[in-house]
Amino acid sequence: MKENVYLERLKNGLITENPTFVLMLGMCPTLAVTTSVINGIGMGLSTTVVLVCANLLISLFRKVIPDGVRMPAFIVIVASLVTVVQFLMQAYLNSLYGALGLYIPLIVVNCIILGRAESYASKNPVLPSIFDGIGMGLGFTFGLCCLGAVRELLGSGQLCGFQVLSLSWFTPITIFIMAPGAFLVLAFLVAIMNVIRKKAAAAGKPLHEPVGCMSGDCAGCGFAASCTGKSSDKTEGKGEA
Amino acid sequence: MSDMLKVSSSPHVREKDTTSRIMLYVIIALAPASIFGIVNFGWHAALLIAVCIASCVGTEWVFNKIVKKPTTIGDLSAVVTGLLLALNLPPALPWWMALLGSVFAIAIVKCLFGGLGQNFMNPALGARCFLITAFAANMTSYSASRFAADTFTGATPLAIIKNGDGYVNTMDMLLGKTAGTIGETSTLLILIGAIFLILMGVIDLRIPGAYIITFVVFLLLFSGRGFDWNYLVAQLCGGGLMLGAFFMATDYVTSPITPMGQIIFGICCGLLTGIFRLFGANAEGVSFAIIISNLLVPIIEKYTIPKAFGLKKEKEAKS
Repeated sequence: MKENVYLERLKNGLITENPTFVLMLGMCPTLAVTTSVINGIGMGLSTTVVLVCANLLISLFRKVIPDGVRMPAFIVIVASLVTVVQFLMQAYLNSLYGALGLYIPLIVVNCIILGRAESYASKNPVLPSIFDGIGMGLGFTFGLCCLGAVRELLGSGQLCGFQVLSLSWFTPITIFIMAPGAFLVLAFLVAIMNVIRKKAAAAGKPLHEPVGCMSGDCAGCGFAASCTGKSSDKTEGKGEA
Repeated sequence: MSDMLKVSSSPHVREKDTTSRIMLYVIIALAPASIFGIVNFGWHAALLIAVCIASCVGTEWVFNKIVKKPTTIGDLSAVVTGLLLALNLPPALPWWMALLGSVFAIAIVKCLFGGLGQNFMNPALGARCFLITAFAANMTSYSASRFAADTFTGATPLAIIKNGDGYVNTMDMLLGKTAGTIGETSTLLILIGAIFLILMGVIDLRIPGAYIITFVVFLLLFSGRGFDWNYLVAQLCGGGLMLGAFFMATDYVTSPITPMGQIIFGICCGLLTGIFRLFGANAEGVSFAIIISNLLVPIIEKYTIPKAFGLKKEKEAKS
């Protein structure tokens, strides 16, 4: 039973509620930094680190943090962690730090982190919260990698910085490393995910639908008072309870 | 696709007209400019036109097959899209870029949004802007007109004006003996096509008229040249203004259907074109001006339809 929860959390983050392709959270860094695979991995992993640590701390303190000021409390925890990650990156991965630039401090307000803190870590024990963070973080990294790979390949003919498509016959389609390309590629990847989902459902093996309202923003939700938070448990098992 | 015309209440459409018939008129109207483009820039221009038309029609056919919808290539709209796209490309563009642009125009701008009648921006212009952003170098290197002496590449008249090099031969621009995209150079032949369309009742003067007048007023006010005849004519005949105003801003699908809305739409196009040409980094701005105005069409229609109809009814009821 215990094992199940952890595995289920990982699968939930990677596939069922993949933050990039299903929940559509954290779109700002998703669109902005995925000009290459390396940037995607860097952004994804640094977010994962912050996410795991934030879930750990918030889950630890979940009984201490007063309900009325939980948002500021979460922000303080996340901001401290982001600062640590930022300084570490600046010291040891300076080129990546330069490439990601502003988007590292912006991890503080990444909706994935606050969303998971609000909807999972603040209501669940420590270990499942950690696995939830790992799953969500890896799902995010996976999404950014897909996006970065397509954009880098089409936009500059490279993968991870290596020239895969020779420039002797390939003309880089530069639109793909610019903003419009990010939107185009994201739309197509989400469309492909939806096709897979539909095909799986048609074949009688539906992938789990994301549970609940998906926003994770119970504080800003108008239905917070009437929401039991339990109606979504039917499809998902006890993960979210 | 003639059934689509029955449900839309476009004021231009006469009873006997079908989509394919209107599209045929547009093709006929574009023929002079296309033929001149081939004469002017050589066989590569013909190749580009052929590639664009073939790949547009092919993409639409394949897309309809994939999503299992009835084939819609019979309405000729894909042919018009391909032709317009080709006329908007520089003559020396590699053919596969034209192919990519055509696929983008039909598959992404048109078919993904539901096919003809549902697309939110002009497919040909959407593809042109895609290509400009994707292949900036290729899309802005123009080969010289065959009538120009001893040169292989040439600046377009607009670029010459923009760089302040002074005088351009407006008579050459009227006839089309200048560098530019395949179909935009000969203002005279475009106007002949436009007059044909107006006579056949396919387009009316509201959008192009509002567009061109607004553009001229904008130039008079902000170009800093006052009333400089040579400059004005060069701006009007140069670039894609005429082609855009008469053939692409008037696209039924992506322009308002209310008369007032059409005038507002034309003014938007004119203003944006003026801003882009005078203050933008590039010499040309027609295609971006029109697709941005395309995006405003739903808002324009929302604010022009109900008021116009409601007011008239009230007045009639009172009298």
